[in-house]
Amino acid sequence: MGKIRFSRAQLCIPYGLFLVCFVFAPLVVIIYYAFTNGQGQFTLENLTSFFSSPNTIGTLAYSFGIAVVTTGVCLLLAYPVAYILARSSYRHKSVILMIFVMPMWINFTLRITALKEVLTIIEGNLSFHPFLNTVIGMTYDFLPFMILPIYTTLIKLDGSLLEAAADLGADALQTFLKVTLPLSVPGIISGIVMVFLPSMTNYVVLDMLYNSTYIMGSLIGAYFSAYDWHNGSMIALILLVIILLFTLFTNRYSDSDAGSRGGVFGA
Amino acid sequence: MDRNTNKENIIELRHISRTFDDGFRVVEDLNIVIQRGEFVTFLGPSGCGKTTTLRMIAGFESPTEGELLLNGEDIRDLPPNKRPINTVFQRYALFPHLNVFDNIAFGLKLKKFSKTDIVRKVKKALEMVDLEGFESRKIQTLSGGQQQRIAIARAIVNEPEILLLDEPLGALDLKMRKEMQLELKSIHEKLGITFIYVTHDQEEALTMSDKIVVMSEGKIQQAGTPEDIYNEPKNAFVADFIGDSNIFSGIMTGKYKVRFCGAEFECVDDVEDGTMIDAVVRPEDIVITTPDQGIIRGRVTSVIFKGVHYEITIQSGKNEIVVQSTKKAELNAVVGLYIEPEGIHIMIAGNLMNRIESGVDREYKLTFLNGQLDYNILSLIPGSSFQTDGTIVNGHGDVIEPDKIRIIVSIKPRDITMSDDKEAGIVRGNIINMVYKGDHYSYVVRTEEDEDFIVDDEYLWNMDDYVSLIIPKEKIQYTLKK
Repeated sequence: MGKIRFSRAQLCIPYGLFLVCFVFAPLVVIIYYAFTNGQGQFTLENLTSFFSSPNTIGTLAYSFGIAVVTTGVCLLLAYPVAYILARSSYRHKSVILMIFVMPMWINFTLRITALKEVLTIIEGNLSFHPFLNTVIGMTYDFLPFMILPIYTTLIKLDGSLLEAAADLGADALQTFLKVTLPLSVPGIISGIVMVFLPSMTNYVVLDMLYNSTYIMGSLIGAYFSAYDWHNGSMIALILLVIILLFTLFTNRYSDSDAGSRGGVFGA
Repeated sequence: MDRNTNKENIIELRHISRTFDDGFRVVEDLNIVIQRGEFVTFLGPSGCGKTTTLRMIAGFESPTEGELLLNGEDIRDLPPNKRPINTVFQRYALFPHLNVFDNIAFGLKLKKFSKTDIVRKVKKALEMVDLEGFESRKIQTLSGGQQQRIAIARAIVNEPEILLLDEPLGALDLKMRKEMQLELKSIHEKLGITFIYVTHDQEEALTMSDKIVVMSEGKIQQAGTPEDIYNEPKNAFVADFIGDSNIFSGIMTGKYKVRFCGAEFECVDDVEDGTMIDAVVRPEDIVITTPDQGIIRGRVTSVIFKGVHYEITIQSGKNEIVVQSTKKAELNAVVGLYIEPEGIHIMIAGNLMNRIESGVDREYKLTFLNGQLDYNILSLIPGSSFQTDGTIVNGHGDVIEPDKIRIIVSIKPRDITMSDDKEAGIVRGNIINMVYKGDHYSYVVRTEEDEDFIVDDEYLWNMDDYVSLIIPKEKIQYTLKK
């Protein structure tokens, strides 16, 4: 039997099929539903109704608030941890890192249920602090996604750059502000992207922590369970555009060294 | 060194030692004085402690013992950012998030210079390294040679008293390296500040330096001008490391007379009769003649064309002699070799201790030449112990690989006895040299493994006798090398 040879183009076929089935097709479906009504006619009504309804705008604002606060808290908690771990010469630092990341291996529902019990013991009634509880739940859930990318950038940071800064007259704080922090921006951005979007949409956390306010995810869920594919798709599309703008915006601040760092969109 | 005594000392290392956490001594009792405006090069093979010395001067590492004086004041506890010293790093260490201007201006901004001063100084520094107009370029768009120049500009713009250069040309190709050597030399002349340069490239050191400090195993082997180091190497290591050289062990046989390679040569060094010496002969100082005109004879074993000259290897008895000649020699031809008295440099074989570098096998048993020595190597590594799986760990619990362990086995010449019973000792070889020292003979025994042992024995043996060496175990000293 002769050898079976594949050209490069032929080898791409499975990936191409995957992309078509799971990326392009759903996107086309979402766009189709977003811009049509129940009769299948083209309409912008879904878009205008989203921005004209105080309910949906309020939900967007509330989701945004949750996401911003969660991302901020995650960043404030994760950066020192990642920095201390990456800079320390402790031999078993990967074990400590693992302890921070380990909650990811435990089932999500189980984790949040456990958190719920702990919060109930502390607060008595969970409904007193819905926003705070949601942020705590989200932070607990997403913290590893913030620590890991920052840790990875910091551990790869060339130590001779820090020596060079000291050599040129920078003290420890100046070295951090002028070298370490700017060079860890790509890690921070990856972390933000990985935490921000899920915390805008992950309504399961709110449900389980008895926060009855809607966020973007719950809104989509509510429309879909009422078989309103059109408005649900429009909200999903709006979220997609928000994330797209967000990543384009953050990429502008990380493209100074895109080649060696690889932003979200690469170089 | 002495010609500059009227000059001011800028940096002084007094009894500087540096021991790593695992007990390894990288630098041992270093003493050196560097004068203002000098171009000093630390030269040595990798792992000799030259970079560590530079890092101690920069302030990135602190000496475990000794004093480090800058303008007469001890700066041991001064952090790097407070020292009037700047460094050009081995891999440049340019800040990737800053452009050329901001990289060079980094130190100036910290020193709170005015904007116009900064712009002017950066421009001047760029001119100095021939990269005018590069201010807004990104670091990633520069070639290796250009990054190198920016690294130099970033350091000199701060007008340091001392510029440290850690193998700055190592990553460049040969042509670029030669160009940069000359350029660095001219920058040094223009600025007039002290340059301390680290390299393993002896040619680079000879080309650029006012003074060369040759280092090996954490110690200074020799310090002096390039001419001194090349023409008058103090020991076999320096001779071997600087330039190509033939080193023969021999003995003085009279005033201005030396015996090596089985023949007697005239020389210009007045060393006491009967002294064991090492004779250094540069390949370009050996003349190939007809067999009957030379002092020694040999057979040509290889001829390699090197551009300017031929490199000819000649086997004469047991000695392999390398000769550089512009005339080609015929392979396998028997030729004579002649050396002018000025071409022979005599070094007194100072260290009359047999030092054999050994390793350990997979079971951490000390291997010694072709055999094994029964010795517990744990006593050499502080805090080490055997694990149940047979590996050795150090005090921190790190596994030490057997192939990382090098041990120097030292035996005094008078502790070895010779026997003609081949099974009596652990090492066998031929006597290749002997000298009468009044109450005993000093022999050099070359073993089958090509190691030379110096053996003191009161009995008379003959040249070329095949002997076995009896080395009493309790007289052997062991030291750990890295």
